[in-house]
Amino acid sequence: MIISEQKSKEEILRDLDGKTRLFLVGCAACATACKAGGEEEIFQMQEWLLSEGREVTGSVVIDEACHIMRAGRDLRQHRDQVGEAEALLVLACGAGIQSISASTDHRVIGGLNSLFLGNIRRFGQYEEKCSLCGDCILNETAGICPVTNCAKGLLNGPCGGMEEGRCEADRELDCAWRLIFERLKKQGRKGVFRRPVPAKNWGKVRKPGRHRIR
Amino acid sequence: MSNLQQQLAAGQFAVTAEIAPPKGTDVSASLAKARALEHVAAVNVTDNQGANMRMSPLAMAALLVREGVEPIMQLTCRDRNRMALQSDLLGAAALGVENLLLLSGDHARFGDHPAARSVFDLDSVQLMEVVGNLNSGRDMAGKALAGVPRFFPGAAVTPEAEPFELMFQKFEKKVDAGARFFQTQAVFDPASLERFMVAARPFEVPVLVGVLLVKSAAMARFLNENIPGVRVPGHLIERLEGAADPLEEGVAIARELVGRAREMCQGVHLMTLGFEERIPDILAL
Repeated sequence: MIISEQKSKEEILRDLDGKTRLFLVGCAACATACKAGGEEEIFQMQEWLLSEGREVTGSVVIDEACHIMRAGRDLRQHRDQVGEAEALLVLACGAGIQSISASTDHRVIGGLNSLFLGNIRRFGQYEEKCSLCGDCILNETAGICPVTNCAKGLLNGPCGGMEEGRCEADRELDCAWRLIFERLKKQGRKGVFRRPVPAKNWGKVRKPGRHRIR
Repeated sequence: MSNLQQQLAAGQFAVTAEIAPPKGTDVSASLAKARALEHVAAVNVTDNQGANMRMSPLAMAALLVREGVEPIMQLTCRDRNRMALQSDLLGAAALGVENLLLLSGDHARFGDHPAARSVFDLDSVQLMEVVGNLNSGRDMAGKALAGVPRFFPGAAVTPEAEPFELMFQKFEKKVDAGARFFQTQAVFDPASLERFMVAARPFEVPVLVGVLLVKSAAMARFLNENIPGVRVPGHLIERLEGAADPLEEGVAIARELVGRAREMCQGVHLMTLGFEERIPDILAL
């Protein structure tokens, strides 16, 4: 899931750039689960905008805002309300915002910051486990990703900042390499410690990413 | 062959110390400090140490070469991708730098540019391999070099890090990748040093143990709380606390540690933090 949070109200006000008539867009997928851009947040945003003297011409919560065609179709169904607005305020992740901006010539204002691809610990508590690097090493690291969980993304063991098995960058966190080491030991294998891991091929994920199932 | 390499090859006890490049363009203080460092085989030049931005170690190391002071250029993976690392290395070689200390680098979060994007395109083991390739005339892409460096690359290790076995696996990887010497984090406990050296000795790579001049009990406590892998034992803190002149006591402690290092290691890396003039006392010269 894409973890996102709302920008501060000050930032949103600044980005509204004086626009008074707004159409609101939310997303029923990740942004809803993050309580950043679901039905409830769209309603609250509307109330706040009204209190700030703005007008809301309408709103829609798209099933998956990242679905480019669906986002376009849903917007077309609200053509009149969108047309009355000076701008669209979108409470979706960066991917969702861009589905919307690709579907209209209106000015699109994003109201969220997208943080990371997150696992869910429990409701409202998310953890990054995967960086989508395109070159997965998990099979050698006992299912713990050092690219993501090591603050430096090191591939050949812990840095000199490890202190009692804790991370240099955040003493609250376990050193990812200690976790890898312990789990490999439990499994009775050397895994990633068996070989020097060569430099990562960052060329495997082109920017921007493209993928087509063949 | 660098002076450091010669000394270690000859089995001489090697001494290194370190300076930081300036924050700014005035190198006079750093150079004066380096010039005043007698009795040392080579001088480490730190690389944006603690993630605080300073003049590049490449420039500072080259200035030392010009002054006739042999540098050990520290190079971290935090601020440069693989292309920048290689091009800086080639530049360093052309300017007469031979000794290297290859590091991952402190996390940017604790420095003076916490909003910086850290690179870590390579880690210290991979960078060690790259230096080996450069020494044999190839870059990371396998392309031939016109003019080949002759680096003497070293690596860092924290002998008191826990878990020991995990720390040591990385030490082994650095040896396998071509580390020709090690400089360690400060070690205060001879028993910990012994434990590490017993494990490290069979690899036959010289170890220069870190000896840090502790100037007060307060500093010792600060190190224990803030510097990863550094442990000043309680009895040393008591000595510093009870001493009429804590700095003098710190020098005495450092001198004792150097004495132990002479028995166990191939050299010492002195961290005297502004009291470089005490180095002869610490070395008991």
